[in-house]
Amino acid sequence: MSEALEAEQKTNPQGDPITSVAAPKPAEAAGARKDPHAEAKRQKVVTPEYLFLEAPRTKEFITGSEAAKEAVRRSNVDLAIAYPITPQSETMQLIGVLYGEGYVKEYYRGEEEVGVMAAMAGGSRAGVRCFTATAGPGTLRGLEGIASWPGHRLPIVAMFTCRVVNAPLAIQPDNIEVAYLLNSGMIVFHAENQQDMYDFILAGFTISEKNDVTLPVGVCCDGFFVTHARGYVRMQDRSMKLPPRDAWRGAVPVLDAENPPARLSRDAPVQKSNFMAYNIHAVWQQEVWAAVERSRKYINQYMGGLLTAENVEDAEAVIIASGSAAAQSREAVRICAEKGIKIGLIKVRSIRPFPTQELRKLCGKAKLIVVPEFNYVGWLAKEVATAIYGYSNAKIIGGPRVYGGQSMPVELIVDEVESGLTGKKSSNVAQSSIMGGAVNQDDVAHFMRSI
Amino acid sequence: MSLDYVKFSGGFEKFMPKEYRDMVEHGPFGKKISVSQMGSFKEILEEHPMCAGCAMTLFIRLAIIAFPNPEDTITVGTAGCGRLAISQAAIPFVYGNYGDQNGVASGLSRGLRLRFGDKPKDVVVMAGDGGTADIGFQQVLHSWFRKERFTTIMLDNEVYGNTGGQESGMTNRGAVLKMAPLGKKFEKMDMLQMAKVAGCAYVATVVPNNPRRVESVIKKAVLIAREVGSTYIQAYTSCNIEYAIPTDKVMEDAKTVENDRYQFTEYVSDEAKQYLTERYGYKDYLPKAAAPAAAIPTKA
Repeated sequence: MSEALEAEQKTNPQGDPITSVAAPKPAEAAGARKDPHAEAKRQKVVTPEYLFLEAPRTKEFITGSEAAKEAVRRSNVDLAIAYPITPQSETMQLIGVLYGEGYVKEYYRGEEEVGVMAAMAGGSRAGVRCFTATAGPGTLRGLEGIASWPGHRLPIVAMFTCRVVNAPLAIQPDNIEVAYLLNSGMIVFHAENQQDMYDFILAGFTISEKNDVTLPVGVCCDGFFVTHARGYVRMQDRSMKLPPRDAWRGAVPVLDAENPPARLSRDAPVQKSNFMAYNIHAVWQQEVWAAVERSRKYINQYMGGLLTAENVEDAEAVIIASGSAAAQSREAVRICAEKGIKIGLIKVRSIRPFPTQELRKLCGKAKLIVVPEFNYVGWLAKEVATAIYGYSNAKIIGGPRVYGGQSMPVELIVDEVESGLTGKKSSNVAQSSIMGGAVNQDDVAHFMRSI
Repeated sequence: MSLDYVKFSGGFEKFMPKEYRDMVEHGPFGKKISVSQMGSFKEILEEHPMCAGCAMTLFIRLAIIAFPNPEDTITVGTAGCGRLAISQAAIPFVYGNYGDQNGVASGLSRGLRLRFGDKPKDVVVMAGDGGTADIGFQQVLHSWFRKERFTTIMLDNEVYGNTGGQESGMTNRGAVLKMAPLGKKFEKMDMLQMAKVAGCAYVATVVPNNPRRVESVIKKAVLIAREVGSTYIQAYTSCNIEYAIPTDKVMEDAKTVENDRYQFTEYVSDEAKQYLTERYGYKDYLPKAAAPAAAIPTKA
């Protein structure tokens, strides 16, 4: 902090992501050997409040994977476990570089995702700060473990660089895996761009470890669009890092044999079929989801809200989107505004918890809501419709949707806004994905059934 | 430090439950105890919901008595009969997901080392034959190849006992069990050989009818795992229900199986031998003094 900040630091001057620890320069090799951990050792702990809200930032033009790396560099991570899968591999390779440089204390390449998610759970139970990343089929492979983290109350940050999960196999962007994470009890953020990737990971560690939360945080982004593309990211100086995890601070004791013995699934009756077992498990599920609710205040505090709203007041049409769909929607909004349409944009950042109250307030006056998505099933459209039902008379168009690696031309979104406002039949979105407003309920029965 | 959790807070002694007072006053924490003293101290595992005559329960009790630092030991398990008993013990137990015990133990032991450095925090995995050789196989083998520093104990009853008697990879060829209606069609998996191939520093087989031996192998395995690398113990712990062994014949069966396929074997790597000798004063691995020539008896 005491050192003057450069106008623009270059973490990556040669253009390609650095995926190995740099070989020592001849001068260093010849002279006194430089400690590869020297810079990491000089990092100073600052409060999350200072880091997120006050610390000066400089701008760099980097990929999403590099943004994740820079977030982890400042996150005081103890244990990171890597396993390759496109389009995530580069992220965990870069975390390996941080390990070589001493910013991450322990790191290894796991056997596959079931083993990685298990070891994440083990590390978190030991009381250390844990990070991993995966994508698509890796997410689903690790899902048994991931879905057990909230119930075990394990603070962990996992990054999901979404890709196709269906057969035939493909590596392309498609965020359907978010639908599987939404019902796990973990906190789920959806990053639009490299800046979000950076901010959400850093904030994720802080929120995850709050005593009244003590839950894992999943930071999702759309693969390739965010991981491999570059964008400007405003970052605090790398000489700063978050405070370390305080193992004693969690809602449940860590298993370090420093506390009275803690048992996970202590007694046989807790697992068997009797009313005590049902009651214990029911109460625990309520508690996990109550913890998800309690995270709202921290998301507001450290991330500035569960959503962002642009020009929504007085708008007759509102586009609601998350992730890369929000980026495409922003351009669609610009085009629509040029055409004289009163239009606003709501970007949902936190899918769990979902900004229900915020949307009810913001969507009360809208005539049309368009929800573009990068998946077939339309999980966001269903979330939006469920949230604002009874609070808005808007017609909701659940689309346009692209999937399997397709990109989303902004014209598709513009078309939906125009046809939605004029009542013209859409050529891109099926009648069954339109609801609300004055639409024929018989036509939308399929949509209603699938909510 | 961790002994503090087995002490009373001042003034609260008389309000503590009898079980807890017994554990503090007569338990093994911070003391040197042995299986030969069983019955004269409060065991870390006493009450449990296991079947009458269960050899696995006896083995688990013996194993826990043998832990060199029970107050700094964390056990990890998975689904199966064993965890019904282990979860009743007065030391921490992680019961995670199906077959994930060696993955969990990898993260746990590395995390504890980050926090506590050289202070021993022993991690011991105890899982069944199905949990170790079938569903957990990949994580077990990989943890060994990575030389993760914790102990893996297989409670081998040669069957899925908890789910009602299905064939496992450790079942003998020909055994007729559920899901093997015509008898098992392939051999019992040779996990001992695999442990050696994967680089375990210590591998041993044991049966529960020899308590001193159980104690000896568990102690060595836990100590070696602190610094040298992975250790593996495979214990025959019969299921008297699924194999219809009369309760009073359980130890007899263990003896028969010991003579058949569970003869005592012990592999100790050279590094582990040196470590046990230098660090813990084991004498077994010192070079044998060459017999002096004069000692050869000659007939007078």
